[in-house]
Amino acid sequence: MPNGTTITDAGAELVPARPGEERGTLTGWVQDLVYTVDHKKLGMLYIGTGLFFFVLAGIMALAIRAQLAFPNGHVLSPQEFNNLITVHGTVMIFWVAMPIVFGMINYLVPLMIGARDMAFPRLNAFSFWLTFFSGFLLFFSFVAGPGLYGAGSAPDAGWFAIAPLTSPAFSKGHSIDFWSLSVLVTGIGSVTGAINIMVTIICYRTKGMTLHRMPLFVWLALVTMFLVVVFIPPLSAAQIMLTLERYLGATFFDAQSGGSAILWQHFFWIFGHPEVYILVLPAFATISEVVPVFSRKPIFGYPMMVAATILIGFISAGVWAHHMFTVGLNSFGVTFFAMATLAISVPTGIKIFNWLATIYGGKIRLELPMIFAIAFLFQFLIAGLTGIMLGVAPFDWQLNDSYFVIAHFHYVIVGGILYGVFAFFYYWYPKAFGRMLDKKLGLWHFWLFTIGFHLTFDPQHFAGILGMPRRIYTYQPGRGWDLWNLISTIGAFVQAAGVICFTINLLWSAWKGKIAGDDPWDAWTLEWSTTSPPPEYNFEKLPEVRSRRPLWDLKHPEDPDWKFE
Amino acid sequence: MKSLEHLAWRDKDGIEGASGILRSVHRASILIPTVGSALRNQGERTFWRVFLLLTAALPGMAGAQTADHVRSVQDIFEPVGAPAEMVNRTSVLTLLICLGIFVIVGGLLLYAVVRYRRRTTDDDETEPPQVYGSTAIELAWTVPPILIVVVLALATARTVGEIHSPKFIGEPLQIRIVGHRFWWELHYPKYNIVTANEIHVPVSYLSTPRPIELTLASADVAHGFWVPELNGKEWLVPGRESKWWIQPSVLGIYLGNCTVICGLQHANMLIRVVVESPEDFDRWVTREQRPPTFDPNVEEGGKAFLANTCGSCHTIEGTTANGIFGPDLTHFMSRQTLGAGVAPNDDKNLRSWLRDPQVLKPGCNMPDMKLDKQQVEQIMAYLKTLN
Repeated sequence: MPNGTTITDAGAELVPARPGEERGTLTGWVQDLVYTVDHKKLGMLYIGTGLFFFVLAGIMALAIRAQLAFPNGHVLSPQEFNNLITVHGTVMIFWVAMPIVFGMINYLVPLMIGARDMAFPRLNAFSFWLTFFSGFLLFFSFVAGPGLYGAGSAPDAGWFAIAPLTSPAFSKGHSIDFWSLSVLVTGIGSVTGAINIMVTIICYRTKGMTLHRMPLFVWLALVTMFLVVVFIPPLSAAQIMLTLERYLGATFFDAQSGGSAILWQHFFWIFGHPEVYILVLPAFATISEVVPVFSRKPIFGYPMMVAATILIGFISAGVWAHHMFTVGLNSFGVTFFAMATLAISVPTGIKIFNWLATIYGGKIRLELPMIFAIAFLFQFLIAGLTGIMLGVAPFDWQLNDSYFVIAHFHYVIVGGILYGVFAFFYYWYPKAFGRMLDKKLGLWHFWLFTIGFHLTFDPQHFAGILGMPRRIYTYQPGRGWDLWNLISTIGAFVQAAGVICFTINLLWSAWKGKIAGDDPWDAWTLEWSTTSPPPEYNFEKLPEVRSRRPLWDLKHPEDPDWKFE
Repeated sequence: MKSLEHLAWRDKDGIEGASGILRSVHRASILIPTVGSALRNQGERTFWRVFLLLTAALPGMAGAQTADHVRSVQDIFEPVGAPAEMVNRTSVLTLLICLGIFVIVGGLLLYAVVRYRRRTTDDDETEPPQVYGSTAIELAWTVPPILIVVVLALATARTVGEIHSPKFIGEPLQIRIVGHRFWWELHYPKYNIVTANEIHVPVSYLSTPRPIELTLASADVAHGFWVPELNGKEWLVPGRESKWWIQPSVLGIYLGNCTVICGLQHANMLIRVVVESPEDFDRWVTREQRPPTFDPNVEEGGKAFLANTCGSCHTIEGTTANGIFGPDLTHFMSRQTLGAGVAPNDDKNLRSWLRDPQVLKPGCNMPDMKLDKQQVEQIMAYLKTLN
């Protein structure tokens, strides 16, 4: 049925589906977005929200880098600096990375498993709007509190809000309340969204789509959503405890009243570390689709890839205290968590080997999704290796809380996850908009962003090795940090130029891009069998699959995959 | 501009700042000889020694290892003393293994991408052979990662044990460090000394090892104690005490920072560890133990100090000032810096600090006491007698 209209029982006449809605007008368009329960529109809303907050938090990052460009910087006051680092970190995790991850999965999973929509479409909309509004709740803090000027009462305790800095004695006003309530609300949105996606994957697969025939993207999405359901609740519990402490006199984290400041960190990091996998698995998922298609080979070792993912999910539950090697755990605790952390590098290594083996012997088409995927592989390799260094507890005693850690996790989140997201955009944008992203602009985006990324984050490793701690708003000259910080700041602005190219490309190509057709990449999964963009009901007739690569079977009847199952 | 004065004192250190950049370049090369020396490759080591010597000749870089040499550029790969060396050994092992993995896996990746890219000469119609996997190969390549993990886990366990349960040679000197927003309170229980921000310790030689055991605690929020060349970092967490140790073997002044965000002036919660000869250390101890001499010439200042309630936060032995919220000022003039390292302890900065501490250290807990010019001069004269 055409979008947003219904046929009256009289027959031919089309009337608006909902009162007041008129197609083709701005109000009608906005109304459609607000009312929609379509997984594709919600997916795009999720991603759009993520990109909007990405720009805001990115501007904050530029301000932070401007302050640190030279010793004794005076761009920001200490208060503004602490506000910006806290909001930058919180927003990038909860309102940039999380919505984009949910958007990717929301858009693709029903298409990939041959379903018409999610299991609970309205719950899907509910999850999205919680995430959307909680982001604004956090940003309201800038204009709340002391008045409509400066940073208002934006939170300033760092993105992991170490107790007891967040207690009423040290954080007066409402800054921490904005932080904890907005994170609590978006957490509820994430859990409901994750349940929805899990149920969809388990119950709504099309005929023939057994678990072992699901695209790897769907497998990784399933594991990601398990992680969300298990590990967001500890964070929500911690936020509730913090709010009780701030308003009802509870003393969970107050050492003077018998509480424990360390307790907060256990709660936060038992969420915080699996969160890294919640964000990185969808990037892995994208790479696992892009690498085979552009190497023209099936993924190497599908069962091993699935097993490694599940193993990562399980081990990630037992590594959180590697964020706490320096807080004074006993030797047994430190050693145990160091070993668990090192152990997780084994399944992660297997993944890298399998991607490598997929490329090996292929015929690589260097299109933009593949270029980003290759950069991902190199950068994620480095991020993983600095992660091993941080996992070795004695090395971590030196590196933790220094700029080395900043460099490491930006390598994971920007060099890894964001490159996966970029690959996602270049690969699936033609499906969502029916038009290709421009290749020339895309290459500008790639080179500017990659050069900017390395200029920004490579020097921070050295600053950390030379003893620069994180979260300092200024530093004195002569500590050996000047050059590294200056390069880093220049790099941040080069990255921003890359993001501008990307944004222009997204907007321009939606109007003027080359028409994509249904299957521009000659790919193999179900979403490429429907039109671009797909109709609201996804598939005219629900497809039936006999192997992991249904479109390969169609295109190569002489050599179909199902013969080898 | 409120902070102009703040800028001014540092601008005269401009030259220092310039050499900091050169120093960074110099220090970056440290990584390579660290690797080189571990590889025991004589030729490479010589090359980098020459390189280091050349860059070390740049202005402001050379410094004799004397007690007043400020080691402001800290480097985790230049360990000084037993615990830092233990940490460094494991760190370099890990670094080398990771570099090796990077070279091998990165090289294979690069090879695969270059070798198997589609060429214009290729026939575009055909697909490459469809390979689905190989259980044997996949099992085989899980073995090296597992072996590496075992090696690193054992190295980790050993070093964690060595640092957490040290076998001290001789009785360690005990120092209790209490973190405050935004300064360090120091206790030497053996000598009955209370001071702040500047940790004086005797140097440790092979013949006469002098381990120093630190007890870390916090008076308010969490802080982190880190002097990279002396050992890794350890947090100061309210409600608990943790043990940490250093054993510096080279004279000098070592700089460090608070590493855990603790509020507005987290950046200026700086640490100075003064490693001095045993004789100098003994002299320092004697000086700190001596009660302050009362100079009748500055009686006005002493009165102004007490009349302006300075004593409710600061302690000066022998007077009614016995506050504990701010640093002990009994031997104020023995310290090299003001405000936990934010500025050198000289007349100009002291005057600025007394007029309004928020200029040098915006956000610190000492308020602007609204002293008039005369009071500032009187109190300054008084403080300067506190040797």
